[in-house]
Amino acid sequence: MSLSKVAAKAFMPSAVRTFASSAVARDVNITLHPQSFEAYKCDAPSLELTLKKEELVHMYNSMVTMRRMEMASDALYKAKLIRGFCHLCTGQEAVAVGMETALTEKDKIITAYRCHGFTYMRGGSITSILAELLGRKAGISGGKGGSMHMFTPNFFGGNGIVGAQVPLGAGIAFAQKYLGEKAATFALYGDGASNQGQVFEAYNMAKLWDLPCVFVCENNRYGMGTAANRSSANTSYFKRGDYIPGVKVNGMDVLAVHQAVAYAKEWTVSGKGPLLLEMETYRYGGHSMSDPGTTYRTREEIQHMRSNNDPITGLKQRMLDFGVVTEEELKAIDKAARAEVDKAVEESKASPEPDVDQLFTQIYIKGTEVPHIRGREPEEGIRF
Amino acid sequence: MSSPLLKKALVVPITSVRQALLRSNPGMLANAALLSKRGYNSKNGVEMTVRDALNAALEEEMTADEKVYLMGEEVGQYNGAYKVSKGLLDKFGPKRVIDTPITESGFCGLAVGSAFSGLKPVCEFMTWNFAMQAIDQIVNSAAKTHYMSGGNVNCPITFRGPNGAAAGVAAQHSQCFAAWYGSVPGLKVVSPWNSEDAKGLLKAAIRDPNPVVVLENELMYGISFPMSEAALSKDFTIEIGKAKIEKEGSDITLVAHSRAVGFALEAANLLEKEGICKAEVINLRSIRPLDTETIINSVKKTNRLVTVEGGWPQFGVGSEICAQIMESEAFDYLDAPVVRVTGADIPTPYAKNLEDFAFPDVDVISRVIKRSLNKKIGA
Repeated sequence: MSLSKVAAKAFMPSAVRTFASSAVARDVNITLHPQSFEAYKCDAPSLELTLKKEELVHMYNSMVTMRRMEMASDALYKAKLIRGFCHLCTGQEAVAVGMETALTEKDKIITAYRCHGFTYMRGGSITSILAELLGRKAGISGGKGGSMHMFTPNFFGGNGIVGAQVPLGAGIAFAQKYLGEKAATFALYGDGASNQGQVFEAYNMAKLWDLPCVFVCENNRYGMGTAANRSSANTSYFKRGDYIPGVKVNGMDVLAVHQAVAYAKEWTVSGKGPLLLEMETYRYGGHSMSDPGTTYRTREEIQHMRSNNDPITGLKQRMLDFGVVTEEELKAIDKAARAEVDKAVEESKASPEPDVDQLFTQIYIKGTEVPHIRGREPEEGIRF
Repeated sequence: MSSPLLKKALVVPITSVRQALLRSNPGMLANAALLSKRGYNSKNGVEMTVRDALNAALEEEMTADEKVYLMGEEVGQYNGAYKVSKGLLDKFGPKRVIDTPITESGFCGLAVGSAFSGLKPVCEFMTWNFAMQAIDQIVNSAAKTHYMSGGNVNCPITFRGPNGAAAGVAAQHSQCFAAWYGSVPGLKVVSPWNSEDAKGLLKAAIRDPNPVVVLENELMYGISFPMSEAALSKDFTIEIGKAKIEKEGSDITLVAHSRAVGFALEAANLLEKEGICKAEVINLRSIRPLDTETIINSVKKTNRLVTVEGGWPQFGVGSEICAQIMESEAFDYLDAPVVRVTGADIPTPYAKNLEDFAFPDVDVISRVIKRSLNKKIGA
């Protein structure tokens, strides 16, 4: 797999505390909003953290680039160049970005179908993501997966069956524990998926066996068009692990997400077993491209979230308040992100479609295929 | 039920079944162990039950590779619901022999996730009937992810457990899943009959880097079969996708898998003794890939084909073999239409006398062979 994007520099959670007392010039001491967290059966993460200026810039740049990428996806879909389902993460950028900056490449992530942002943060290039959406050879899955199925060496998709990714994530954490790795797996699901039985099955085994698994509910308030309070008898998703402690996090604040994820990683890796995180977030668009997203919620609600809770605007304002960047520098980042995505759009469009013989490959591991794969009629297909 | 027509329709076939039973060999329900063993002569005198062969396969593969672990309900402290995993907890400890809660969807998904991430799980279902709770993880997660990821994610997992009808456990615990899993691209599916099959195929499944479904049979677990010297070796495996000709013949081909292989062999031996025919018996061993080449070559020699399986008739293994023969050059060699002997198209009944008519036995196979020998296409 090509990882053309420069991997995000990962920050160990312990570093957050170390930096607080260090005298490095560009360290930024941050106090989070008092309502950033609500804890269940555990202490809330500290509201104090220290990040370097570069880390803040990286967060900002990642969110801006991600939003540009999803805007490009939106346009490509409307131009009928993307087929089938397409779920955009616009509005939810802080979750994927704040998570990545608190993790290392040894940590693993798995999510459902709203996966473009995570794929990008976990090393997928913008071109490879857009090319996958276009069904092209340069796609991250060679054009075989599409919008919902993108993977990198430490990102396990990209899964289309709502809820099924949660026990898979517990299994990835099981492997980490089995192999003695000091790392955690973050298994994401939405408020809609939270009611799947196998989510609770995964909670149970993760707690029984103290797996280093963090269950992350991205609560964007609607499972498709069903509001959380119409699907869930208990909408305090961070408390639904019962015997598993949990933290509710302001998922529209990338700094709070970063701090909570660092806390969760340390919690699980230190052997305390699993933890739940509920990221309160919001998607600006519909559930998927075919959903205008306005029949089950008001335009005013969407506008209110955009105006008052936008993760990019929020971080931008904090960075200006900290005095670590100027308006001009931020504008330059915005411009560069736009140019990068525009270039990736052209590159992905220039990629040819997959070779037709790829139809029959990668069903089994190379060299261990079944002798014959049939096409649509006896004379179609291939023999290995 | 008040309609005389409906009554008639119900009564007539049952009467004819009774008549068929009266005509049949009264020894048709003889001990499967004796029937199955008769076809074999051990060269070195070593016999092993199917259960012990499976146990040896697990023990050898877990010894050979630290990444292989066993997970399932009652596999550890209880020593396995059917004692297949007996002694493994003592030998390998609770890290590698893991008792799960009753949570098929969850532990199956967990096992698949661990296979994505570097381990080689053996995921045991107490029976395959319970795996329907988890079939999404087997089909959508295990079988498809390598393809969907453009080859970026591997899933070296073995799913195993007893499949097909047991005895007297009624409808929800008596079902063959060969056709279900056999239809899924991305899976390999094996269905052992005897002890050598069981050991060689399970070891091959664990070593295979793809998801493999191993369909065992509870009624075979306690039956002993001869083991060749080669089969006793820790290096013994059976190639997935290759059928075995258990008995050579010239007049008709019988293709069977799992427990039905024993019945087919017994029917073949019986008819040979009676001077009626020399039947060739093929033990499929693998359901996917299906060794059509061996079947085609046999049909080209015998010109007649009967399939035998415990699963339901519609869209079953026999149906697939019929279709593949129709699409192959073997079609031109057929002297009679292919006939399927299958489980009856019913939920499995509990009562013994009813259950006896739900699955293939030596009598019905013999009857169908004779019927096939008397038919000629176009005649």
